Amino acid sequence: MAHSHSIHPPSHEDDQARSHMSETEHHIVSPVTYVAVYITLLIATGLTVGAAFIDLGAFNPVIALAIACFKSVIVILFFMHVYYVSRLTKLTVAAGFFTFFVLIMMTLSDYMSRSWGLW
Amino acid sequence: MDSPAIAASPADHSFDHSADHAHGPAYLRHHFETVEQQREATQFGMWLFLLTEIMFFGGMFAAYLIYRNWYYAAFAAASNTLSITLGAANTAILITSGFAMAMGVWCAETRRKQGLVISLILTMVFGIAFLGVKYFEYKEKFELHHVPGSDFSIAAFVHPSAASHEPPLAPDMAEKTQVYFSLYFAMTGMHALHMIIGIGLLVWLLIRAQQGAYTEGYVQPIEYFGLYWHFVDIVWIFLFPLLYLINRHPGR
Repeated sequence: MAHSHSIHPPSHEDDQARSHMSETEHHIVSPVTYVAVYITLLIATGLTVGAAFIDLGAFNPVIALAIACFKSVIVILFFMHVYYVSRLTKLTVAAGFFTFFVLIMMTLSDYMSRSWGLW
Repeated sequence: MDSPAIAASPADHSFDHSADHAHGPAYLRHHFETVEQQREATQFGMWLFLLTEIMFFGGMFAAYLIYRNWYYAAFAAASNTLSITLGAANTAILITSGFAMAMGVWCAETRRKQGLVISLILTMVFGIAFLGVKYFEYKEKFELHHVPGSDFSIAAFVHPSAASHEPPLAPDMAEKTQVYFSLYFAMTGMHALHMIIGIGLLVWLLIRAQQGAYTEGYVQPIEYFGLYWHFVDIVWIFLFPLLYLINRHPGR
């Protein structure tokens, strides 16, 4: 019985300290941020369409995808609150996109190297 | 989080769940210690679900990339039969729907019931508008015989009109436009299915929001539906340039 007292049970003070230290504390994103992201997304959509009509050769898909990546990053960070969440969730999101990147890279490198030198 | 404490004092603490949660809100499930832990765990779960969705759409994106490299001429010609105006308008409509959803999350967090209901209605209206535009785009493809299958016609790609500035394709390459349209219907179709499911969920959230279920501190259903809705948004952010904007300056 004395044993159980050596490890003290969580007290109210402990709980408070934990919640103050915690990085999971809920952050309310303000409408100002949402409006700024919304306008940025609309401008980026216009840029994508505009850039598509300019002949940039191999850079057309590069620019289109770069703008799409930029748009999705700001959606993920602010609309989906990843900028404000715990490191566990941040790592989860990053792991998912990294796995997707591996899928694309391994598949494409296979297809592109099968008839290497024959084209 | 609290495992040492639970292990150390089972008798007076962790067995008495009802007493533990006597001060907790009604939405705190008994298997969670705190509201904060519940939020962290469910948020983690929601993101794991979204990762499976990334891989699901990712398979189709990988197929698209490979076929686009193989049959680039067919992909460019078929892509230019899509209306860039409708595609860009739909992108703006979907972004607006996502913005309304984001505002809905804010309304739930700041306990504005009326604002939440209006936000959810706007999210739904713009979502339905997106599907409406998609309907007319699909309808045109059926009329032009650009739906893969026995009714498919390669005529427009073998003998393009002079006004289109498109280089004519050899019949075997023109047949590969069916690969493009298969992927077009598969990817936009799965995207549309996700939106239809989302609109179904919105109906439920709207009913519950009107009853005040999400403006008394319990915002997670709104927040996680928002994550799902923004994910669907992101899929379209990639579909739009990849399907509509392959080569918008033909015959250079």
